[in-house]
Amino acid sequence: MDKILLIIQREYITRVRKKSFIVMIFVVPGLILAMGGAIALIAKNSDELTDKEVVKVIDKSGVFAGKFKDQNNLKFETSTQSLADLKADLKKDESLSALEIPVDYAKKNAVKIYSKKKPGITLTQKIQDEMNDIAVSAGMLKNHIDTALLHSIKSDISLDTVEITETGDNKTNLGANIGIGIACAILIYLSLFIYGAQVMRGVIEEKTSRIIEVIISSVKPFQLMLGKIIGVGLVGLTQFSAWIILSIISTKIAGHAMSSGGMLGALAVLQTIPFGKVLICFIFYFLGGYLLYSALFAAVGSAVDSETETQQFMFPITLPLLFTYILSVSILFRAPDSTLAVWLSIIPFTSPVAMMLRMPFGVPDWQLALSMVLLVITFIFTTYVAARIYRVGVLMYGKKASYKELLKWFFYKE
Amino acid sequence: MLSIRNIVKQYAGHRALDDVSIEVKSGQVFGLLGPNGAGKTSLIRIINQITAPDSGEVFFNGEKLNQSHINQIGYLPEERGLYKKMEIGEQMIYLARLKGLSRDEANRRLKIWFDKLGMETWWKKKIEELSKGMQQKAQFVATILHEPELIILDEPFSGFDPVNAEIIKDEILELNKKGATILFSTHRMESVEELCDSIALIHKSHKILDGTVKGIRNSYRNATYWLEYNGAALSFDGKQPFEVIEETAGDDNEHTIKIKLNADSSSNDVLQYLLPKTRINMLKEVIPSMNEIFIQKVNQIN
Repeated sequence: MDKILLIIQREYITRVRKKSFIVMIFVVPGLILAMGGAIALIAKNSDELTDKEVVKVIDKSGVFAGKFKDQNNLKFETSTQSLADLKADLKKDESLSALEIPVDYAKKNAVKIYSKKKPGITLTQKIQDEMNDIAVSAGMLKNHIDTALLHSIKSDISLDTVEITETGDNKTNLGANIGIGIACAILIYLSLFIYGAQVMRGVIEEKTSRIIEVIISSVKPFQLMLGKIIGVGLVGLTQFSAWIILSIISTKIAGHAMSSGGMLGALAVLQTIPFGKVLICFIFYFLGGYLLYSALFAAVGSAVDSETETQQFMFPITLPLLFTYILSVSILFRAPDSTLAVWLSIIPFTSPVAMMLRMPFGVPDWQLALSMVLLVITFIFTTYVAARIYRVGVLMYGKKASYKELLKWFFYKE
Repeated sequence: MLSIRNIVKQYAGHRALDDVSIEVKSGQVFGLLGPNGAGKTSLIRIINQITAPDSGEVFFNGEKLNQSHINQIGYLPEERGLYKKMEIGEQMIYLARLKGLSRDEANRRLKIWFDKLGMETWWKKKIEELSKGMQQKAQFVATILHEPELIILDEPFSGFDPVNAEIIKDEILELNKKGATILFSTHRMESVEELCDSIALIHKSHKILDGTVKGIRNSYRNATYWLEYNGAALSFDGKQPFEVIEETAGDDNEHTIKIKLNADSSSNDVLQYLLPKTRINMLKEVIPSMNEIFIQKVNQIN
């Protein structure tokens, strides 16, 4: 037991003392803040990012001329020039395009737009929408329907979501839930990989530097493997704690600095999410998932002579994680309570990512409990399997490891 | 102190050790010899409890080998290695603590050893900054820092330049004098004759020879002598107490021949016979070197 503590201590201290670790503590929250700022800035000014475009309208039908409404970066001009003349102009100016509306505009693909570069989908969409509106209005006028009345009836509806809970109705914000769910899923996915790979690299380092034989003449291979896994896991926890503390401090400072309405509104929305529970679950699923995967990573590390040989084993191990991750950020966040999402959040190999995605939306306690218990059972199982492969693998050199070989190692007697 | 009894170790496809028994007495320098792939490393790993034998037992000071003996064994593997990115002082202390030493004690002893071997300035250096020879020296210190009763050295001199090899050899002998039992495996025979009290020869997973170096060499004596004399070349008529088995081409005046004594005669008889006939420069018994015995034994089996 003392020896495991010694190993944990070494694994932990050598990593925490590295410059890269200390830099990461400060750089990552900084990067996230900077990225958030940049995204907010870009979202705000996205219209300004695109160039001003001018659309010359040649209207032979007489229905549309002068009725186009200009938008921020889009200007309509009625033109009397011939199409041929306009085409000459278009060749010189990229921001210019020409819209040709024939008399029988309602036919399919009758209306044409000309420009030097291919027009963007948003541009054509905007023009289509405007033309449809204008055409509808014109049609109504023709049929003596009062368009003024119609405009007064037209509404602009957007939904406000309210979640009914025991404690009363909660104003929820789907956007914030999705954001936090996806952020947690990404974070747990990345950290399982980063710290799992650190364990694997540590094992390979010991093997290739040949110190392994000295160490396991002092401790049992299992002790070494466990010590390494726990040590690296603690490094991960330290990293997360530092990030959480840093971000609490920085949001406090930011909160004081700008108590503008928007900021407070955003904070109020965030407060509807059970942060304490999310955080505890995050730590649990990080640890559970980490223990599960890092044991497998350690076994892979023990089976190879260099990092380049790990590919064939890494792929099947990382597949469930990768699969869940891709599903999570592309589809599942829209349906966090779907059957697929529920199953993925219960199966141990995929649960860390899938459950964290579901957390902010609220997960029934029985599902959470089942998922957690299964995760614990599975990591004990994978650690056992990995340890049996590891103890043989670390002493094998120059033998090309195959799955068959690994199976043989598993059944070796001491 | 170390009693290895009927060890069998089977790997998939081949048997690394087949019924091998070896006795190492306390205070001995014991040589474990054998060609590459004979099973030496397998045996050493079993003594270090890195692997377990399929059958057979190992006793350490009369007790069945178990985890509590780990701290009394120091092991220098053939393939040397240390953590490349770790500072050397810290690393030595870590390895010593894994062998049960306290941090302070490890620190104290390490200072003494570093002084002794001229490594004082290395303390803060990383292993990757050291030359190969320096790394070897550091690893040797790591092996013996916890003052083990049994020191197992697998090819201890490979990788050392002659100067450092000499230093390490002296250190090994000194540790031996202080009471440590040394078990070392090698296929360099000259160091065997120099260092070892006893040896065991392993070949193709069997022990084919063991005993004291002196005893083994004596048992391979076969009454053969080198004779060197000055003067005219002698011719023998069959009445001499030996037969000539080899004649080297000498110059006019100096001759060297290899003779084998007749069954009931001694070297004195040879001298008596020759004294009146010529001037004898040298009469020396041919005792086969460990190297010759090794090669002879191994080839016999092949």
